[in-house]
Amino acid sequence: MGEPGLGQQPRSTWLRLLPLAVALVIGGFLFVGLGLRPKEIPSVMLGKAVPAFDLPALPGRPKGLKTADLNGQVSLVNVFASWCVSCRAEHPLFMKLKGQGIVPVHGLNYKDEGPAAMDWLRRYGDPYDRVGADLNGRVGIDWGVYGVPETFLINAEGRIVCKHIGPVMESDLKEKLLPAIAALRNGGTAKC
Amino acid sequence: MIAELGHYALVLALSVALVQATVPMIGAWRGIPGWIGSARPAAIVQCLLVIVAFGALTYGYVTSDFSLLNVASNSHSAKPLLYKISGVWGNHEGSLLLWLLILVLFSGAVAVFGGNLPAPFRARVLAVQAMIAVGFTSFVLFTSNPFERLLPAPMDGRGLNPLLQDPGLAFHPPFLYLGYVGFSMAFSFAVAALIEGRVDAAWARWVRPWTLAAWCFLTLGIGLGSWWAYYELGWGGWWFWDPVENASFMPWLAGTALLHSAIVVEKRDSLKNWTVLLAILTFSLSLLGTFLVRSGVLTSVHAFATDPARGVFILAFLVAVIAGSLTLYAVRAPAMKGGGLFAPVSREGGLVFNNLLLSTACATVLLGTLYPLFLDAVTGEKITVGPPYFNMTFGPLMVPVFIAMAVGPMLPWKRGDLLGALQRLKFTVLATLVAMFLTLALAFDGPWLAIPGIALGVWMIAASLEEGASRIRLFRGPIAESLRRLSRSSRSAWGTTFAHAGAGMVIIGIVASSAWQVEKLQVMRQGESQAVGAYQFRFEGAVPLDGPNYAAVRGTFHVSRDGKAVAVLQPESRRYENPPMETTEAAIRTGWGGDLYAVVGDPTGDGAWSTRFYTKPMIHWIWIGAFVMVFGGALSLTDRRFRIGAPARARNAARRAGIAVSTASK
Amino acid sequence: MLMTVIRGLIICFCLAGSMEQAWAVAVDTPLEDPVLEARARAIHKQLRCLVCQNQSIEDSNAGLARDLRILVRDRISAGDSDEAAIGYIVERYGDWVLLQPPIKGGTIMLWSAPVVFLFFAAILIFVWCRRRSGPMATEASPLNADEQDRLNALLDDKDQA
Repeated sequence: MGEPGLGQQPRSTWLRLLPLAVALVIGGFLFVGLGLRPKEIPSVMLGKAVPAFDLPALPGRPKGLKTADLNGQVSLVNVFASWCVSCRAEHPLFMKLKGQGIVPVHGLNYKDEGPAAMDWLRRYGDPYDRVGADLNGRVGIDWGVYGVPETFLINAEGRIVCKHIGPVMESDLKEKLLPAIAALRNGGTAKC
Repeated sequence: MIAELGHYALVLALSVALVQATVPMIGAWRGIPGWIGSARPAAIVQCLLVIVAFGALTYGYVTSDFSLLNVASNSHSAKPLLYKISGVWGNHEGSLLLWLLILVLFSGAVAVFGGNLPAPFRARVLAVQAMIAVGFTSFVLFTSNPFERLLPAPMDGRGLNPLLQDPGLAFHPPFLYLGYVGFSMAFSFAVAALIEGRVDAAWARWVRPWTLAAWCFLTLGIGLGSWWAYYELGWGGWWFWDPVENASFMPWLAGTALLHSAIVVEKRDSLKNWTVLLAILTFSLSLLGTFLVRSGVLTSVHAFATDPARGVFILAFLVAVIAGSLTLYAVRAPAMKGGGLFAPVSREGGLVFNNLLLSTACATVLLGTLYPLFLDAVTGEKITVGPPYFNMTFGPLMVPVFIAMAVGPMLPWKRGDLLGALQRLKFTVLATLVAMFLTLALAFDGPWLAIPGIALGVWMIAASLEEGASRIRLFRGPIAESLRRLSRSSRSAWGTTFAHAGAGMVIIGIVASSAWQVEKLQVMRQGESQAVGAYQFRFEGAVPLDGPNYAAVRGTFHVSRDGKAVAVLQPESRRYENPPMETTEAAIRTGWGGDLYAVVGDPTGDGAWSTRFYTKPMIHWIWIGAFVMVFGGALSLTDRRFRIGAPARARNAARRAGIAVSTASK
Repeated sequence: MLMTVIRGLIICFCLAGSMEQAWAVAVDTPLEDPVLEARARAIHKQLRCLVCQNQSIEDSNAGLARDLRILVRDRISAGDSDEAAIGYIVERYGDWVLLQPPIKGGTIMLWSAPVVFLFFAAILIFVWCRRRSGPMATEASPLNADEQDRLNALLDDKDQA
């Protein structure tokens, strides 16, 4: 019942190598994939103007935050909330930034309660110039916020240059944000 | 002390595995009987050592030994015993150990029950199994050691997420792993056959029961998993095409194809190259699944191990196993000549068709699962490949399989007659037409796709029954004659009947529950009623409730139909504090016709509650059907052919006849 | 699946280890108009929850998912078309939120793959059959009655085995 010996054809040689080739390509991609961060969704807001918004101040604190406030100079907008534990981790850095007066930092208080947010700022310090209270999170959605904390770098024209997801660490500040701020100040462009 | 013993046993197991991976292989190559003979005892010793290691870790959990880092991070002294035990595999390190345990249990089973295998072949199979074991044991020992100590020991453990303490969840991973790892047997048999350069009917007979057993476990694992998703998630869904779900589904698809192509090898001595490749690919997909779950490469929520070292290690191992076996395949496949010839329309032709579509479907799922990664790696663009993609591609690919499934078993080997087969399916054709008209009449306003959908399911079930009936000439002669035939007929064939009918039931469940599901989402006050299809849901109020570690709100709904009380549903909405999480506990009432499903949501603040109701007609057919499929597989496993000794006799007979084994020689 | 369940239960409180989610502030109340509500719900099912990673916003307990559900309802009641409402979200979060990837440059391979795979596999089988057709032709002459009987006997015997 055996098939009469068919000559080996060159065509079938590469066919037999095909599964191996496919497996190696997939393996290569998986290796590259190990270095990627699939959970970080890049913002589509980069390069776009800050969305139109006008948020009231926190109770007992002057200066709310609106689109026009972000025009005219380079600034950071930090999305924070009193219920956010990892916000505490990055908070000292913003206090330091304020102390050194390098760049104005504005706060976007995301889905928080006014008094709780004020308590939190009293407790851990208030590094912000302006703070807008985004009670229902709608402005956050306009900014493309999907978790707290997030930090945006805004250029003097009021465009979003950079978005940092998660708490800002010392290294992020040194390697990413500060060089970008310096570049923007010198009239250059920055990417991060 | 016990833990150190376990650790030590695992180290010993690694050395035994190293020996078992090399000595029998060389022995089989050079023909040294002593070296060949070492495979069996080595496999048994390795199995015992891993059992000791696993037992030691389990002991650590049962006695709440918090000086073990793994126990301290994942257990708690106040946990019920069941969850202490299931906690063993509820974490990365422990689940790997379970993986390893199942692997060596399979090897041990071959060593103990594989007496019918020729010794050199068995030695090679066990050596290949040991190579896999070397990889996994090293992975456990060098990157994920569950026996690491924690000093000083904490007073109590951090506890297992209370939500994972579900009896269903406790036993889901072992089933899944029995399936995944069971395919390693098909892999080892394939690699051993490649090394020997021979694949024949006897080979297919040895491979099929192991593959079938793995397939049954995997089907059970996937089925149970989707059922828990359905009752736990609170959104009425049961399959989400999540990467982790796909990771278990791909080996299932490939394994299903393998089961069918192995039949052709067994009966007709054909499709040998392809079957061997499929055996390698099926296990490769199992390994890939293990990698995907643990590496965090895809956004599946559950990344067991985010440690890059672990990801690199398991990837290196994955590539070594898969590339190694596929290289061997590329080199050795030409040695295996296909035998039996057949016409396109024939049993073989049907099985090739089945394989063509199942593997295309599997490749599609693989591509869809990995595509976000490909695109991210190449362009940095992030996209989502969600359920709509899979439904739109996978569905149409499977429909022809389902149609052919009915006709295939009716076709004779070698050469069939499609028209003749259809004529023998008279009852099926009739039943399908009746089903179409009934569907149309009962649900004339329903989605039109439901009509062919239901008809397809009926087609599959009726054809299976009709094929079974014709096998015993039911109603074609005296009933005694039919019974006599029934008692003599092959269980394997009846397994097919059940498995195919079960698949038809799954289809009907899916179609009916998605086409005629009624879903109502509303805000309700106490005493208000809401009509959901033919049912009335009356809201009797919601009361706060304190659970052991959560605060809940329980709603009560009285469900009636035509004024008659049908059920009382009490869904809960729970809020856990530590860690903070909100869950919905749906209330589900399963009846003959389907499920009633109620969820209570948030209060609006002025005495009203958001509520959500579903009626899901025939949804339980999905799981009953899956169970019938597993039953079919298990029935097939009890077939005489697969029992110990039968393959050896067949092979010996073939040897005597001096030809490659084929069915005709039997 | 086990992992699905875990996802549904736990992941909404934390993303990527360091990002956090608020509890829902508002209740999502269905729209009065059943037609509009049905449209909103259909849109919910097409959008991926950003926090839970693999669920639609319809299926998620996460605060942001709820906010987005409410937002979609607002857009629909304000007279947006389905496309406009989806576009509003995509503008802010990107194509990533679409559970059904749009057909464009980067996804052509994805969408054409099933057909390409099937075509390729069918060609392989065709070639394979052709290669075998030589010997096949000799055997392919119809079986005569005697052969058929023998074949049936064989098959029958095998089935009983």
